[in-house]
Amino acid sequence: MAQAHKQPNYIAIFWWLLALTIIEVAVIFMPLARVLIAILLVGLALSKASLVAMYFMHLKFELRTLGLIAVTPILLCVLLVFALLPDLSGTPHQTVGAPAQPAKPSSP
Amino acid sequence: MSQVAVLHPEIEPVESPLTPESWGKLGMWIFLVGDAMSFGALLAAYGALRFGSTDWPHPSSVLGIGLTAFMTFLLICSSVTMVLALAAIQRGDMAGLKKFLSLTILCGLSFLGMQAYEWTHLIREGLGLSSNPWGASLFGTTFFVITGFHGAHVTGGVVYLSCYLIRSLLGRLNQAHTNQIEIAALYWHFVDLVWILVFTFVYLL
Repeated sequence: MAQAHKQPNYIAIFWWLLALTIIEVAVIFMPLARVLIAILLVGLALSKASLVAMYFMHLKFELRTLGLIAVTPILLCVLLVFALLPDLSGTPHQTVGAPAQPAKPSSP
Repeated sequence: MSQVAVLHPEIEPVESPLTPESWGKLGMWIFLVGDAMSFGALLAAYGALRFGSTDWPHPSSVLGIGLTAFMTFLLICSSVTMVLALAAIQRGDMAGLKKFLSLTILCGLSFLGMQAYEWTHLIREGLGLSSNPWGASLFGTTFFVITGFHGAHVTGGVVYLSCYLIRSLLGRLNQAHTNQIEIAALYWHFVDLVWILVFTFVYLL
């Protein structure tokens, strides 16, 4: 399909990516709540990744099924994050000289 | 069916259903999806280890953001030169292909050089695979594994594109090879896409 479609304006995509990168770096120095900074950074990173996939990798001009195959890793990663959630919250660990944590009753 | 499939039905019995240009392109997409899962697993594990830790160093105060922001800029530039290389071969402009392919490889090599500089600098400051002066030892482990895995991909991409540059310099590449360059470009853009995520999750967040 890549040959058939009209070529997108690659230089415009470049400026968008550059602008989003500058915003990303600026965001970490902003006096905002950590959670808000994290949400902004993830949103900006996903926007940039989508721009690269849609225009540079021509996913916008491919068959929809190929696009669905291409997004499966994201779904699986979200699933993996949820699978790891119990480890994120249940057992805070420290590397060196950590005070002993009181043992939690293990769930059945 | 494609022309090749009509002429050589025994070689290519049917055309690829998702990528009518070639089976190779579908193959590259499937490889990239698998590779994305490897990177996804590494990043998810990074998240789990980081947010389960109480003494994880703040990356932006330990790692050089200025240098890596410039490395990000370089990879974005290399993606642009790569699409321009593909556009050049699509219209049969072999001089343009050589020029933009060379620029892409140059950006890739510069990226690798800067990564080597960054690693050397951080190792001298005490960042190791099993310990560092700033806190959680897994900070170093995850940093080296994730950026190293990505760096290996960039190295592979530079070798991959160099093969095509050498072929074009020897005059063994023409407009009929457009699809092969498109497949190589897919790989290169993927490496750029992954760096965008690595830069955000490992350096900025």
